Parts: sequence; C-alpha cells; structure tokens
Amino acid sequence: MTVFTEPQVDPARRTRRSLTLGIGLLLVGLHLAVALLTLIWTPYDPAGMAGGRLEAPSWTHWAGTDRLGRDLFTQIMIGSRIALIVGAGAVAIAAAIGVTLGVLAAFATRYLDDALTATFDILIAFPTLLLAMLVVAATGNASLLSAILALGIAISAIVARLARILAKRVLAMDYITAARTAGSSWPSIVFRHLLPNIWPTLSVNFALQFGLAVIAEASLSYLGLGAPPPNASWGRLLQEAQGTVYTAPFGAVAPGIALVSLVIGMNLLADGLRDVGDPTRRRTR
Amino acid sequence: MSLVSVESISFGYSRDEQVLRDVSFQVRRGVNVGLVGESGSGKSTILKLLLGLARPNSGTIRFEGEVLKPGDRAFMRGYRRAVQAVFQDPYSSLDPRQRVDAIVAEPLRALKIAGPHRPIIEAALRDVGLPSDAISRYPHEFSGGQRQRIAIARAIVARPQLILADEAVSALDLSTRIRIVELLGTLSKAMTILFVSHDLGVVASLCEEIVILEKGRIVESGRTSAVLAQPKHPYTQKLLASVPRMPA
Amino acid sequence: MSLLAIEGLTLTTGGRELVSNLSLSIAPGARLGLIGESGSGKSLTALAAIGLLPPDIHAEGSVLLDGRQVIGARENDLIPIRGAAAATVFQEPLTALDPLMKIGRQVAEPLIRRYRREGRDIDRRGIAREVRDLLERVSLPDIERIVNAYPYEISGGQRQRVAIAMALACRPKLLIADEPTTALDVTTQAEILELLSKLVDENGMALLFISHDLPVVARVAEEVAVLRQGELVEQGPVKSVFRAPAHDYTRMLVAAAAAFDRALEPAQ
Repeated sequence: MTVFTEPQVDPARRTRRSLTLGIGLLLVGLHLAVALLTLIWTPYDPAGMAGGRLEAPSWTHWAGTDRLGRDLFTQIMIGSRIALIVGAGAVAIAAAIGVTLGVLAAFATRYLDDALTATFDILIAFPTLLLAMLVVAATGNASLLSAILALGIAISAIVARLARILAKRVLAMDYITAARTAGSSWPSIVFRHLLPNIWPTLSVNFALQFGLAVIAEASLSYLGLGAPPPNASWGRLLQEAQGTVYTAPFGAVAPGIALVSLVIGMNLLADGLRDVGDPTRRRTR
Repeated sequence: MSLVSVESISFGYSRDEQVLRDVSFQVRRGVNVGLVGESGSGKSTILKLLLGLARPNSGTIRFEGEVLKPGDRAFMRGYRRAVQAVFQDPYSSLDPRQRVDAIVAEPLRALKIAGPHRPIIEAALRDVGLPSDAISRYPHEFSGGQRQRIAIARAIVARPQLILADEAVSALDLSTRIRIVELLGTLSKAMTILFVSHDLGVVASLCEEIVILEKGRIVESGRTSAVLAQPKHPYTQKLLASVPRMPA
Repeated sequence: MSLLAIEGLTLTTGGRELVSNLSLSIAPGARLGLIGESGSGKSLTALAAIGLLPPDIHAEGSVLLDGRQVIGARENDLIPIRGAAAATVFQEPLTALDPLMKIGRQVAEPLIRRYRREGRDIDRRGIAREVRDLLERVSLPDIERIVNAYPYEISGGQRQRVAIAMALACRPKLLIADEPTTALDVTTQAEILELLSKLVDENGMALLFISHDLPVVARVAEEVAVLRQGELVEQGPVKSVFRAPAHDYTRMLVAAAAAFDRALEPAQ
C-alpha cells in the first residue's frame, strides 16, 4: 500500500502551467502566422534593394537594411518560414527513423538490441553539427533539403534511444500481456497500445528537438553550409551581419531576437504539452 | 470432461535453472482448481505456458484433447476464445490511455467476434457489477477493486470456458478482496476458473480442487476439503500452519 | 508517560483531509495494531509520528514522541530523536535498502550513528562484530555471505530481516512496522512475524504494527485501532474488538477475514 497518491496539482501550479503553454503557443503561433504570411506577401521584395545600405531601424524599415540595401525585416519574416520548415522537417525525419528503430530495438533479441543501442550511442556521441556537415558534404551541395536531412539523421539517434527505453517499459506492463491474451496481434499491440503510450513523452521531446534543430540550422547557415539565398535563414543573416557588427549592430539583433523567441516559444510549448493529452492528468480524482 | 490437461511439463531457462519439473494436473469443466505456491514455485510460469506465451521444454499441454500449438494462429484464435486471463496488478493490467469500452472490446475485436459489440460490452460490465456509465471513463478514474472488475469484464466478454486468474485479488484490500472473490464465485457457474495464488484462504473459498507447488514440483493435490483436512506433505502442512488465523 | 501520544492529528493536502482528528497513544512496551485499508491514512499516521510527512501535507494537532513535539519541529531537532525514540520497517524490502551498498555497510550505518549519539567510540572490528551480531539476532543464515552481498543478491524475506536488523541497530524505544510482511510469501511472513514478536519482547520495545490484514495484526498486537478514511472508528483489545466489533466497518472487516478463515476449516 503506497502512501503517496498522485501528487495533487495545486491551483497555483496549474495556472503557471497554462501560462507556460499560453506564452509558448503565442510565440510559436506568431512565427507560424508570419511564415504563412510570407507565402503571399512581404513588405518589400526580399532580393531587391529597398533603401540605402545599412540603414538603422526606422518606420520604413522596421529592422533596418543590410549591406546591400535589402530590407531586413522582410528577410527575417522569410527566416521564420525557413526555420519552421527545417524544424518540422528535421523532427519529422528524426521521428520516422528514430521511433521505428527504437521500437525495433525494444523488440529485438539481445544481440540485435545491443548492436542497435551501440549504433545509437555512437551517433549521439557525434556532435550534431559535425554529423550534419558530413551529410551535407556527402550530398554534394548545401541546400534546404540537405540541411533538413542532415539534422533529421543526427537527431534520430536521440529519439531512437528514448523510444527504445519507453517501449521497453511499456512492453513490461501487464496490459500488453493482457492484449496478447485477448488475441491481439503484435502489429495491433504496437499501434493500439505501444505507440499511444510512448507518444506523450516523445512529443515533448520532439518539441525540444525542434528548437535544437532550428539552432543547429542557424549554425549551419552561419558557417555557410545551410540554404543559399534567396532562402534567407537567420543564421545566414547573422553571418552577413558579422562583418559590420561594430558599425551596424542592429543587423545581428533582429535575427537574434527572432531565433531566441522561436526556440523559447517551442520549449515552453513542450513544457505545456506534457500535461495536455494525458488522460490521467486532465482530472484530479 | 477434461478442459485442460497438463502432462509432464518441464520448463527452465538453462540446465541449472529448472523452473518446472515434470508437472502434471488436470482441470475439468465445472471444477475450479487452485494452484497454490509461493515465490519460486513456478506457478506464474505454468500460467505463461497455459496462455501460450512460452513453450515447455518437454511435456504436453492439451486443451479439450488437442495439443496446444502457440504458433498456429487459427488454433490460437479458437484457444483464446475459450481461455482468458485476469492478472494481479489492477494498476498495470489496463491501458491507461484507453477508455473502458475499448479495453473490454479488445478480445471481441482481436478474436473477430461478430458485432454489434456495444451490447455485449454493456452486458459484461453489468455482470461484474460496474455502473453503465463506466463505459466511457478511463482507468485512472476507478479504484483498485473497480479496475479489477474491468479486467474481469474483459476476460469474460468473449464468454470463455476457462479463466486463468493470476493472484487476481492479492493486490486488493480485504473488503474488496472478498467482494471480488464472491464475483468470481458467481461467474464460476458459467465458466471454470484456474486460480493461481499464494493465499490458501482465497483459494479454499473458490476452488474445489487444489494443487500445491513447491520449487517447480507438485507436492500434493486433490479435493480442497480433503487436502485441508489431512495435509500429507510436510510443505502443505507448513503452508497451512503459516496462515495467520483470526483469534478463536 | 506514553512513548507516542497523538492528539487531534489532522492531515490535509490541497484542501482534502487525509486524517481527521486522530488521537491514540502507545505506552512503553505496548503493542498497538493499526488496521486500515487503502486511503485510511494509516501509513501517513506512521510518517507523522516520526516527522517524515511529505512536504505537500499540512499537519495540525499534537504528536509527542518520547515527550518531544514532532509537529512543526525543525529537522535538526527531530534527527536525534529518530532512531533513539522510534525506528521504522516499511513494506517494500526491495526499496528499503540501498541497492548500491553492501548489506554489512548498510547495517553499520545506524549502528555508528547510535554510538555517536551515545558519545561512545567504536572501531572497525567492533562494528563488524556488532553487525554480525545483529544479523544473527534476526535469524539470518550464511552471515558471512550476506554481509558482503548486495540487496539484489538476497531474497525478499532476507531483505526484510536486514531492514529489521537496521531498525534494531538504533535500539529504539518504539518500533514502527508498516505492512512489513505484506510483500512476503506466507511461510516467510509467519517467520518474520514470529521474529518481530520475539525481538519486541526481548528488547522491551513498544510496537506500532500497521496492516490491512486482520489475522496478521492479531498475531502481534495486543490492542487495535481501526482507521477508516482518516478517522478512528474503533479501538480496544484485539480479542474483544475481533470477537465483538462495535462499529459497522469493523464488523464488515472481521466478517471478511472470518470468511476466508472458515474456508480453511476442514469440511464436516
């Protein structure tokens, strides 16, 4: 008989959690809205010269202009689109590869499991950026697709390891034995019992990986290995601003704020997500 | 008429780790059997073998005369329709993310039993004494005893002939325990129960026949009343003497 | 003077009352059985007695352990009385012991603490001797092997004996046992209950035995208190409460236990 029932979520903590979720949704939603907007409209033509060079932020150019006279705010807006595509794409690839391999490892016999786990650990030990650079080099040229692919592969190892341990835990539960006793086939058990039960923890992890993918892509672009223009990633903007950071610092501030706000928003969303969608937490008994 | 016949089965993970040695017993239709043993007796392994989740190293298990073939899907479908189980821990035997109707419907779905399923599920819930609104709730909204009722509903929904109960009341409070034992007693009018437990009192309340296991071997078996009145094997005697009793 | 005097104890968390206005006392050498099912608050009462309530539980009332107030006391004030006044044995032998520490070392810890508390010195050999002595008193076989073993290398019953040895090492005036045999086999349970009974007698300790199992409580306790959803519904000597329960709830429990008992009686 355990003494400790599920910790009662006191009202203060509950409001703090919904606040977290709210702010997260706001930040991410803002970027999403901006990204969608760029599909049909931007304040200026992203490639064209819109004003003087390295102009400071003003009412006509909210974030100023870059060294070629292009409007920075427009480029940052497009950067939102790039960041979201990269984040979503990388996480999608990581999820597809990682969850599949992780679940397989959970079912595998000892030797196969050991081999898979060792592979995951080796991939995780590789710095994400280095791995991504290798993949980019392997694909021959830097593009949005190669960046997404590279990051997806790099992140998949972490997802795989997490999925494996979560799956093992679920497989040890009596309700899996009960499902087998009831006559359910293994594929049915995987889709009806295993995946839904590992999903909550995994989805929180995905949200966190999203933020990491966005930062990693910015780093790749900063190093010149990301998508070339006109796909203006924030990382590339930061690289271009580097040369003039003492004379025109605003060039780095705006992309920096955009990057930080999206990643923090995603992390807060992840935190808030943890409680949503879990039937045991929705109500107190 | 023999429902299940366990014939000289042995099971072990390695040569030194023999969990079951030459175990034989029968379960006849309409006669509840209690499998009594402590930890290390092999009782859980017998259950695993009877559920087709593992194969014995040697010996045979027969169901209604036919040899149990865990690899034969058609056979197993028929087998599982006839043999279901209730497990010990009410907190891990129900999928926390499924509603009660999905949980109880699983055997109906997996064994391809014709619908509509809803009235069948409702009948099963009624049989175990759960309110009808339970159907759309989640496991965490119920107490341990109620969860065990849900698990029993799942076990009886396909109208099996035999229910394997693995320490089905051991995790429950005393007052709940007796109610679930009563429920199982009522259900045994329609189906046979093989009750695995370390609790002699519970087994004696439910089972007409009893099999005592010690370290993988059967040391004594027979009609419950006879074994309790005149335990022959020293282990049986020790077991009986160890059960704490209410003051006279 | 009572060893443990609980008066008007009320435990609340998040607006819910877990224990309501509970009063009971244990005199030196007395054996009290606390009977309750899940949600009765019996384990929380035990934790309250030694000031180990989880932080989100608010306590009101008075708990005097060996004359000292536990409720609201600071951790620093509680540490010296824990062990000296009361020691505990919990239900789960698996989690009661540190899985990464050898048995010998774990039993030595409370021993060393007691020596320090009493202001006496002891050397390595002395500790080793006392540890073996304790393990012998809890009837553990194969002591040399066990002293150097890790918890996972010994059985559940043996782990529980080690937990009892560790409690004894404190030389407590009151031994609090919370469902100590529930997770054990029935033959092991009988042996542990016998052991507890003997040790409590030998050392002149008082015993607070908590369980939901009525016959088990009858085996070790002289008095019982029945808890239901945080309230004390009945109290009295074991035999009279079990033979003629006054409260409906007790009557129901006794009837259930008696039914299982009767099933074991040979048929006419």
